[in-house]
Amino acid sequence: MFGAWRRLALAIGLPLALAGSGPAAAQGANISIACGALGMELTLCREAAQRWARQTGNRVSIVNTPNSSSDRFSLFVQLLSSQSADIDVLQIDVVWSGMLASHLADLEGDLGPRVDAMFPALARNNRVKDKLVAVPWFIDAGVLFYRKDLLAKYGFEPPQTWDELTRIAAAIQNAEREAGNDRMWGYVFQGKAYEGLTCNVLEWVSSYGGGTFLSTDREITAQNPQARAALSRAASWIGTITPQGVLNYDEEASRGVFQTGNAVFMRNWPYAWALAQGEDSPVRDKVGVIALPHGPEGESAAALGGWQLAVSRYSRHREEAIDLVRYLTSAQVQKERAIRGAYNPTLTALYEDEEVIEANPFFATLYPSFENAVPRPARQAGARYNQVSDAIWRASYGVLKGDRTPRSALERLTDELDRIAYRARWR
Amino acid sequence: MSAASPLERSRGRSAWLFLAPMLLVLALVAAWPLGRTIWFSLTNATLVDLSSYDMIGLGNYLAYEDGRWYGIFTDPQWLRALWNTLVFAAVSVSLETVLGVMIALIVNANLPGRGLMRAAMLVPWAIPTVVSAKIWAWMLNDQFGIVNAMLFGAGLVEGPIAWLGGSDLAMASIIAVDVWKTTPFVALLVLAALQTLPREIYEAARVDGIHPVRVFFQVTLPLIKPALAVAVIFRLLDAMRMFDLVYVMTGSNEETMTLSVFARQALVSFQDVGYGSAASSGLFLIIALVTVIYIMALKPLGEGRQS
Amino acid sequence: MNSRLAKTAGLTALWLLVACFLLFPFYYAVVSSLRAGSEIFEASLWPADPGLANYRQVMIDQPFARNILNSLMVACAVVVLSLGLAVFAAYAFGRTRFRGRRLLLYTILGVSMFPQVAVLSGLFEIVRLFGLYNNLLSLIFSYMIFTLPFTVWVMTSFMRELPVEIEEAAIMDGAGPWTIVTRIFLPLLAPALVTTGLLAFIAAWNEFLFALSFTLTNEQRTVPVAIALITGASQFELPWGNIMAASVIVTVPLIALVLVFQRRLVAGLTAGAVKG
Repeated sequence: MFGAWRRLALAIGLPLALAGSGPAAAQGANISIACGALGMELTLCREAAQRWARQTGNRVSIVNTPNSSSDRFSLFVQLLSSQSADIDVLQIDVVWSGMLASHLADLEGDLGPRVDAMFPALARNNRVKDKLVAVPWFIDAGVLFYRKDLLAKYGFEPPQTWDELTRIAAAIQNAEREAGNDRMWGYVFQGKAYEGLTCNVLEWVSSYGGGTFLSTDREITAQNPQARAALSRAASWIGTITPQGVLNYDEEASRGVFQTGNAVFMRNWPYAWALAQGEDSPVRDKVGVIALPHGPEGESAAALGGWQLAVSRYSRHREEAIDLVRYLTSAQVQKERAIRGAYNPTLTALYEDEEVIEANPFFATLYPSFENAVPRPARQAGARYNQVSDAIWRASYGVLKGDRTPRSALERLTDELDRIAYRARWR
Repeated sequence: MSAASPLERSRGRSAWLFLAPMLLVLALVAAWPLGRTIWFSLTNATLVDLSSYDMIGLGNYLAYEDGRWYGIFTDPQWLRALWNTLVFAAVSVSLETVLGVMIALIVNANLPGRGLMRAAMLVPWAIPTVVSAKIWAWMLNDQFGIVNAMLFGAGLVEGPIAWLGGSDLAMASIIAVDVWKTTPFVALLVLAALQTLPREIYEAARVDGIHPVRVFFQVTLPLIKPALAVAVIFRLLDAMRMFDLVYVMTGSNEETMTLSVFARQALVSFQDVGYGSAASSGLFLIIALVTVIYIMALKPLGEGRQS
Repeated sequence: MNSRLAKTAGLTALWLLVACFLLFPFYYAVVSSLRAGSEIFEASLWPADPGLANYRQVMIDQPFARNILNSLMVACAVVVLSLGLAVFAAYAFGRTRFRGRRLLLYTILGVSMFPQVAVLSGLFEIVRLFGLYNNLLSLIFSYMIFTLPFTVWVMTSFMRELPVEIEEAAIMDGAGPWTIVTRIFLPLLAPALVTTGLLAFIAAWNEFLFALSFTLTNEQRTVPVAIALITGASQFELPWGNIMAASVIVTVPLIALVLVFQRRLVAGLTAGAVKG
């Protein structure tokens, strides 16, 4: 009996021991990179990384990461805090720079000049405590999509303010519904309780002149009349020009509604343009893109987004890893990604490149949005950004759902930010 | 038996030797980590740099500074998670107990195919929790889920219901899935107890014409109470630390966040090892407390039976 | 007679209702897994055009076969290791008396009520210390926290029931405790080992939080994590078909196992619970 168990144990133990050791390194370094989870993003990354490997005689392996960005963040945090060398190059969100800074290699000496040729907001975002922690790879900013055909049909100009948007959306929605289009809605956005809602809320509040909840010197500014007005405005949309279901919408869900022709306006990231213009899209050639509206006293604000490449401080092949980042963020690769995948380059010069603009005419329209994008309070929150953002979206979600008034939600947000400040010893 | 029989002596010597490997492993996987968690809960450690931190005493639990209270015991989100956990545990365990007993009674009735039924009961229990969470999330999907389709087809609802988000149904949905998955566990334990009961009692009750419901409450229930008590404590312990079902089905949605999900969020997503450890230790304390209260509540019951 | 017939019919109907409720989700997972492409979005009880495309995708596009192998290796190793440790501990607990025996036994039971998150960061440290991050050994090691207390308890209750005469006879023949446990008790305990081993296997096979925290790459993940983090062919589609196919693949062997050993399992569950 026992002999049998022992044989079984050996049979199990042997492959395990092998699984632990892994293949021995051949010539050149083996750089593992975590970029994108699937689809075009993964394909473009893999092709470019392999090209680099062929040119330099190194090898690359692509590490599969979860598609959900919060899962991906958890993974990176665990990996980096265990000082593991399992991943050399990581693709990180703009808001992660401050949170992961202590685990990332300083790229200033190698890639500082290149980052200076990129959008200034992005460059600022990545210099944490005088260290360049990541190189921006592609940029995003919230924009307003609208149905050109519908606005023209009812004689409206694209809205400049949220009040105008509300009026136009209601008017067109009612008119279309009377004409038999039962499923028409005025405005869709990302209202699910997640990071995307923080972006939307920041755009509303900031464009009303209500600040960014946490000022640059870490003062808690959540509770102010403009912020309350912005949240009241947003809450008034639910059930009138926006479906109740928006409380569970992420980017894709809202795009689904807009692209099937069932919404007049949509807030989304630029990626939705290429898809709305796709061959089988019902709204092809009927879509316009402009900057997001603003409040009565504020200016349009677009949340700054995008992804960047960083090198792990624990990488055993730092030189090669930095070289891979240098290659992937070069004008040549960024241009290829812009043309093939409509990824918005971070190098400002590429917005004057004829081939790029020819492939993506809307890039020119987007340029001002990128230039004036409002960063989420990631820089001031540093390692605490996830907590801050979580508090922001939970407070706003309560308002959208109708559980709380803007005043009480912002009171609670102030209280939670105060708790975060206490734990982080900001004061 | 005499205290120094050769058998006793031989056994006594080897007892600790035989226990040593198991105790060593448990010390490594349980005692040390728990000790570390309690230690970290007294510090302000973060994942940003785990090697440097300060002792802050009980600051992560409760602290008073500048005229206001801090710490998990005053954190509205933690209190909400505590409330959710208690609601989840109380409702799901009660439902599982009542339904489990009912199912056990049905199966115990002499019907053809009793073995088949017992097999069917084992199926939900055998499916990995993550898998059942995914299956139910798919069935409850607001756009394409079969549950909405069936309700719509039967004319019970007018539009799709967002079971897992944007409504107050998320907690109810999660409880329903847990009930589906673990009622069979309770039922199996009760069934085993039922099958040890002497048939004569029931024969006598039937002859006397006592109503079956009365028979259940006056005869069956007292007899299966010990088995039921054990099943309930096992379920209660599991329910109090519920993690995977909630994590997979609704993520960190505040309406369904349990203490385990809160603790993991603080530890991993927020990188706040000190605070997260305090939340974990708090959960540990609460579970210990619930267990003690439960055992105390059962004690008079057991003594009553003996007298 | 008629009322008795009606009662049986009523009970049978109730019986069937309960069975449907218990089995329907699994049935629906099978149906969904057989739907290809966008047909998955049709909510009906029968696939219009059943096909195995989802299964092909899961097995080929994802390292799912590897994930299954990982789960299998981890679960088997956990079973062997925890049974090995538990048998000796159970001998000490079940057949000898020593000071603090009851206290120790209850402490071990107490370990089984530890919330997993409460030991997560400490375990993570140990895993790092031994260099086991993203290695299956870290899972085998950490799963001991929930399989050991339970196997020790169940084995102890089985061990107590073995007749004392056999042991006395062995001692008369000059056998030491080691020989008694390995040569005499172990064969007698074989049925109990199978039962307890199965329960430990299922617990290890289903574990999620540690597997999520201690592994990194797709190649080292176990099945529950792989399913929770499964990705589709493109960013813009939810791979529900693939998820359902993967779910069916991992569940079928488990259900088969449970059905084959159902009598034993029930015995083990009741031994662990009622006698504990």
